[in-house]
Amino acid sequence: MIQFFKRFTTSSLATIGLIVVLVMVFAAIFGPFIVPFDPNAQDIMQRLKPPMWQGSEGIHLLGTDALGRDIFSRVVIGARVSILVGVSAVVISSIVGVAFGLIAGYEDKYAGRVLMMLTDIQLAIPFMVLALAVAAVVGASLWNIIAILGLTNWVQYSRVVRAECLVLREREFIQAAHMMGISTLHILTRHLLPNVLSSVIVISSLLVAKMIIFESSLSFLGLGVPPITPTWGTMIAEGRNYIGNAWWVATIPGIAIFVTVVGVNLVGDRLRDLLDPRLRQVES
Amino acid sequence: MANFLISRLLYTVLVLFGVSVAVFFLIRIGGDPSALFLPPEASLEEIERFRALMGFDRPLVVQYFDFLGRAVQGDFGMSLRYNQPAMQLVLDRMPATLQLGGAALLLSLIISLPLAIIAAAKRDSIFDRASLLISIIGQSFPAFWLAIMLILLFSENLRLLPPSGRGTWAHLVMPAIVLATYSTAIITRLLRSSMIEALSSDYVRTARGKGVRESTIILSHALRNAAIPTLTVIGLQVGALLGGAVITEEVFAYPGVGRLAIQAIANRDFTVVQAFVLLMAALIVMINLLVDLSYGFLDPRLRKRK
Repeated sequence: MIQFFKRFTTSSLATIGLIVVLVMVFAAIFGPFIVPFDPNAQDIMQRLKPPMWQGSEGIHLLGTDALGRDIFSRVVIGARVSILVGVSAVVISSIVGVAFGLIAGYEDKYAGRVLMMLTDIQLAIPFMVLALAVAAVVGASLWNIIAILGLTNWVQYSRVVRAECLVLREREFIQAAHMMGISTLHILTRHLLPNVLSSVIVISSLLVAKMIIFESSLSFLGLGVPPITPTWGTMIAEGRNYIGNAWWVATIPGIAIFVTVVGVNLVGDRLRDLLDPRLRQVES
Repeated sequence: MANFLISRLLYTVLVLFGVSVAVFFLIRIGGDPSALFLPPEASLEEIERFRALMGFDRPLVVQYFDFLGRAVQGDFGMSLRYNQPAMQLVLDRMPATLQLGGAALLLSLIISLPLAIIAAAKRDSIFDRASLLISIIGQSFPAFWLAIMLILLFSENLRLLPPSGRGTWAHLVMPAIVLATYSTAIITRLLRSSMIEALSSDYVRTARGKGVRESTIILSHALRNAAIPTLTVIGLQVGALLGGAVITEEVFAYPGVGRLAIQAIANRDFTVVQAFVLLMAALIVMINLLVDLSYGFLDPRLRKRK
């Protein structure tokens, strides 16, 4: 483990990415204890104040929005939704996708064909629009968003896991396990799963980055998490109206998304290089 | 070849059928949509009448087959808001989106092709590392935010480009840049790794041994072989790219199908959403079919196997 960490940090870019990710996770967990202002406290006298370095009176580090709320505090608290949605959605899609991929790869009769079919169906749907439509009908809440994102993004896991299982299935240790009469469930979970785990980790890390962008896009369009919770997407949507006279309101939360996603992608990229060079081909 | 084509086409029809099932039932997952169309003060009797009129009182499965039967004949229902055929509304907006998509694709090829080729040819050089970094950065931009930043720079500050609408080529510049960013990143990275693989293959070694010029090796031997995996993944990504187009069109108020779809969702105009998703699915499936067929042209070995 320590050795792996050492190898990971030989790339300076990946180290930067890891630090970014850790900072964001820290903000997400301890946000309420470190913010200088209540993220929802309005102060009309202080509305649309520019960031400190632009020579404002100097109590709001990154300025304030149209309701006089402190942008720094909102960005810190906004990390919660992004990280929570990104990670939870990936957990859901990895469980569904890996389970499906294992079965399709090991049994390979009907499950394999059904999987191919489901994959092609899922790839043929402009996912963003479907997610928006479902969010519009079931109503936007944190858990609905997580469920929608989780259940519409699992085919990539299945495709990769199935492909690996098709190869592993022919290997001696799996054949032996089968001969010894070990149950299929046991083979799938104890023998095949550990062998596909590195691919799963790589896909997951890159998928978290995508999920964070999806979530912020849904929030931006007003179909994400209800606006009482500060999220980066809704902050940008609100700031968009003041882009002419208060650039920072829409710009700063976007930088937060961008930096987080770059960080996650750098980590994922490094994991891909280290864990599974064959996966270079997997579309990210 | 004919057999292959027929089985592929049949499979395509099956996939589209699956898409129609998915879309139909997912949109209705929230239950009876009549509450969304009627004012809250509607009486029970009015609600019943409306449900009977729209056919919402029948079992969902019956409604689905009714929808499917009409859809096969080209009738995708009327838009509940505009009172026009839903498919016609979507088709009317298609040229605008195709224009934008074409411009974006052209832009991303102009950037990514040379970038990926040089990066692969000069592996591990500064240039190669830069290309990797560019591709990571390119796929990390939230499209809507990049769009707003471009508006801030080019419309608000420099006053060079119009912030929204469609008409002149100037309207196309910013949406095309936003849309091209993600695909440029993806194509660069994929083509680079496919090129590296191709360049380390036996036939390239043989060609080098024969004294073929390096530029010929890269541009005709390696590029041709690297094109197959790259094209495959681009085909698979078309759906995601269209998703990006939806957001991009919305931010720039660009009157294409994506903006129509978002407005339809906001208006609960489900027939339009259905027509949009089905048309896009048909488009995506067709593109992937063409990609599959193009393998034969790119690689003569695959032609024989079929």
